Amino acid sequence: MRYPFPVGKADFIPGDEAIARAAILAGCRFYAGYPITPASEIFEAMALYMPLVDGVSIQMEDELGSIAAIIGASWAGAKAMTATSGPGFSLMQENLGYAVMTETPIVVVNMMRGGPSTGQPTFPSQGDIMQAIWGTHGDHMLIVLSPSTVQEAFDLTIRAFNLAEKYRTPVVLLGDAELAHMRERVYIPTPDEIEVINRKLPANEEEARLPFGDPHGDGVPPMPIFGKGYRTYVTGLTHDENGHPRTVEPEVQERLIGRIYRKILDHKDDIISYEKFGLDDADVAIVSTGIVSRSAIRAVKMLRERGVKAGLLKLHTVWPFDFDMIEELAEGVKKILVPEMNMGQLYHLVKEGANGKAEVELIPKVGGEVHTPMEIAEKVVG
Amino acid sequence: MYLKDAYDVRDKYLRKEMLPTIFCPGCGIGSALQFTLRAIDDLGYSQDEIVWVSGIGCSSRVPGYVNFDGLHTTHGRALAFATGIKLANPDLKIIAFMGDGDTSAIGGNHFIHAIRRNLDVTVILINNFTYGMTGGQVAPTTLKGLKGTTAPYGQFENPFDIAGLAVSAGANYVARWSVFNYLQGINSIKKALQKEGFSLVEFLSPCPVSFGRRNRMKTAPELLRWYQKITVPLNKAKKMSPEELEGKVVIGEFADRDRPGLVRSYMEYRERAKKMMGWEE
Ligand SMILES: Cc1ncc(C[n+]2csc(CCOP(=O)(O)OP(=O)(O)O)c2C)c(N)n1
Ligand code: SF4
Repeated sequence: MRYPFPVGKADFIPGDEAIARAAILAGCRFYAGYPITPASEIFEAMALYMPLVDGVSIQMEDELGSIAAIIGASWAGAKAMTATSGPGFSLMQENLGYAVMTETPIVVVNMMRGGPSTGQPTFPSQGDIMQAIWGTHGDHMLIVLSPSTVQEAFDLTIRAFNLAEKYRTPVVLLGDAELAHMRERVYIPTPDEIEVINRKLPANEEEARLPFGDPHGDGVPPMPIFGKGYRTYVTGLTHDENGHPRTVEPEVQERLIGRIYRKILDHKDDIISYEKFGLDDADVAIVSTGIVSRSAIRAVKMLRERGVKAGLLKLHTVWPFDFDMIEELAEGVKKILVPEMNMGQLYHLVKEGANGKAEVELIPKVGGEVHTPMEIAEKVVG
Repeated sequence: MYLKDAYDVRDKYLRKEMLPTIFCPGCGIGSALQFTLRAIDDLGYSQDEIVWVSGIGCSSRVPGYVNFDGLHTTHGRALAFATGIKLANPDLKIIAFMGDGDTSAIGGNHFIHAIRRNLDVTVILINNFTYGMTGGQVAPTTLKGLKGTTAPYGQFENPFDIAGLAVSAGANYVARWSVFNYLQGINSIKKALQKEGFSLVEFLSPCPVSFGRRNRMKTAPELLRWYQKITVPLNKAKKMSPEELEGKVVIGEFADRDRPGLVRSYMEYRERAKKMMGWEE
C-alpha cells in the first residue's frame, strides 16, 4: 500500500495533520465533515489524502449530516471519522447518542475552542470535557481520549480507532486549538510498526442473527455489516438482541443499557491510560489532561528544584474515569490540584474520586491562554 | 401488468416475527410499501443488495418490517446516513422510506443537498399532510386551512411542494401519485429504482387517525375521495391557470433525466486526484 505521506520517519507537522495521517494509518477510509476552526485542517488533509488511498472524503451540509454519514459508512464496513469544534460538536450530540445506542464504531474529533456559542474560534479551551462525556441525552457510555502533544495526537488517534473497533463504540478525541495548529516533531510509523484492531465480524449465521447480543461474553457483539446477506435491522429505539424494537419493556432497556455500560466499564483497565511523573513520594499531586499537562510537567520540575515534593498524573483517557485510582492517589497526598482551561470540569471528577481523602483545588483558566508553569507552581506552594 | 398475489409478496419480503405492524387501520403506508416490494420483485433485485434507510415517523418504521438490511435513524437524517452507506459501499442499492415532515422540515437541508449531490438513492415519500406519529400536528405539506393539533384553527402557512422542490434541486427522477394510483405508482418505483442518482416517488397517503379525523375525513375511503377532488394530472394542470390550481396537488411524472450520480462523480474525482498527484497515468 502506498501512502500519500512519508512513513517510517519523523516529520514536523501540526496536530491536525497528525490526526489525519494517523487516521489513515489506522485504516480510516471514510471522512465526512463541515469546516470549522480549528479543525478544518484535519478535513483539508483528509480531502488531499483520501482519494489517493481509495477512501472517501466528503463535505456535508452540516455537522448533523457529517456524523450521520460516518455512522452510515461504518455500517457499510468502513472505518470512519469526522472532526469538528464546539458548535459543530453540539450539533453532533443527537447522532453521537445514536452511535452509542446502535454500537457503531466511529471516531469524532473535537478540537476545542473557547465557548459557549461561537466563543473564541482561534483560541484553545478545555470547555467541552463534560459535553464529550455527557452531551447526548439519556444514559450512555462512550470513550473520551485527550492528547497533549502532537505525537500524542497521532498515537491517540490510532488508539481511538482501535478502541472504537474493539468495543463497537463511538470514541471522542478531545484536542484543542493550540494542539491543532502547533507544529512538533512526530514519528510517523510504517504500517507494520502499529497495531491495528478491526471489529469482530459474525463468525456464522447464528452470531449474525444477534447483532446486539453477547455471544462471546465480553459484552461486545460481532457487527454484521451491510451487504453480507445477514439482513440486519439497526434502530436507535430500544431493541432486543435481534435488533427488534422493544420500547415498552423495562427489562429490555435495562439489559441493553446495562451491557453498553458493562462492555466499557468491565474493560476499564484496557481502555484507561495515563502517565505518572514524580508521584511516588509526592505530597502534592497535580491531575491534568490535554494541553495543560505540558505546563504541569514543567511546574512539577520547578517545584522539585525548589524542594517541593510535587507529582503529576496526566490522563490520556478522560472517560471512562478511574475514580479508584484517584482515591488511592488522594490517600497518599495532602492536596490535589486540577489546572484546566475551563471553569472546572475535570475537577468534579477528581473531587469525586478523591472522596474526601485529600483536599482538591481547581486552578481554572478561561480566555484562550494555557496556564503558565509559574501559575500552577504558585498555587501548589500556596 | 400481471400482479402477484399479495400474500406471496408478504411471505417473500416481510419479517414475520415483526408483525403486526404499528400502522392504524386505513393507513396508506402499507400500500406504498407493497408497491415498493412489487417493484423490487418485478425487477428481480436480490434482497441482499438493497439497504433500507429511514428517519423517524410512522413511515420510517417500514425498514423494520422488511427482510433486508435496514438503518432506522434519527428524525430527518436518513439521507445523510445513506450518503455514508452508499459512498462506503457503492454496490449497495439504497431505498429511503420517509415521511413528509421527516423529509421537508427537520430533514429539509439533507434532502436538498442529497439531491444537489445526486446521491444514488430512491426515496419513497409518504405524504400524509401531517405528523402522523406524534399525533397530527401540521407539517410543511399541510394545505392552507387544514387543521392539525398545532394549528387548530386551520393552517395559515404555505405548503411545500416536495416533488417540485426535488425537481428544481436537480433530482434525476421525480413522480407523485396518490396510493390510489397503484399501477402508476409501481411503474414509477420501478423506473426510480433503475435510475442512477437521486429518484423520488411521492405518495399522497391516507392517515385517517391523526389527520383525517381532524379534517372531517375519518376513514381512508373519505380521504381517497378527497384526493380525487384535489389531485390534477400533470397534462391537465399545464392548461390550468394559477388561480385554478390554488389548493390543488398535481400528480404525474415531473422529471426523468440522467445526470451523473454521486458515486460516479466521486469515482471520477478519485481518478482525477491520482492523475493530478502523478500516481496514475
Ligand atoms: C429531533 C426530533 N424532534 C422531534 C421528534 C418527534 N417526532 C417523531 S416523528 C415526528 C414527525 C413525523 O411526521 P412525518 O415525518 O410526516 O412522518 P409520519 O409519522 O407522518 O409518517 C416527530 C416530530 C423526534 N423524534 N426527533
Ligand atoms: S398515525 Fe397515520 S400515518 Fe401513522 S400509522 Fe396511523 S394512519 Fe398511518
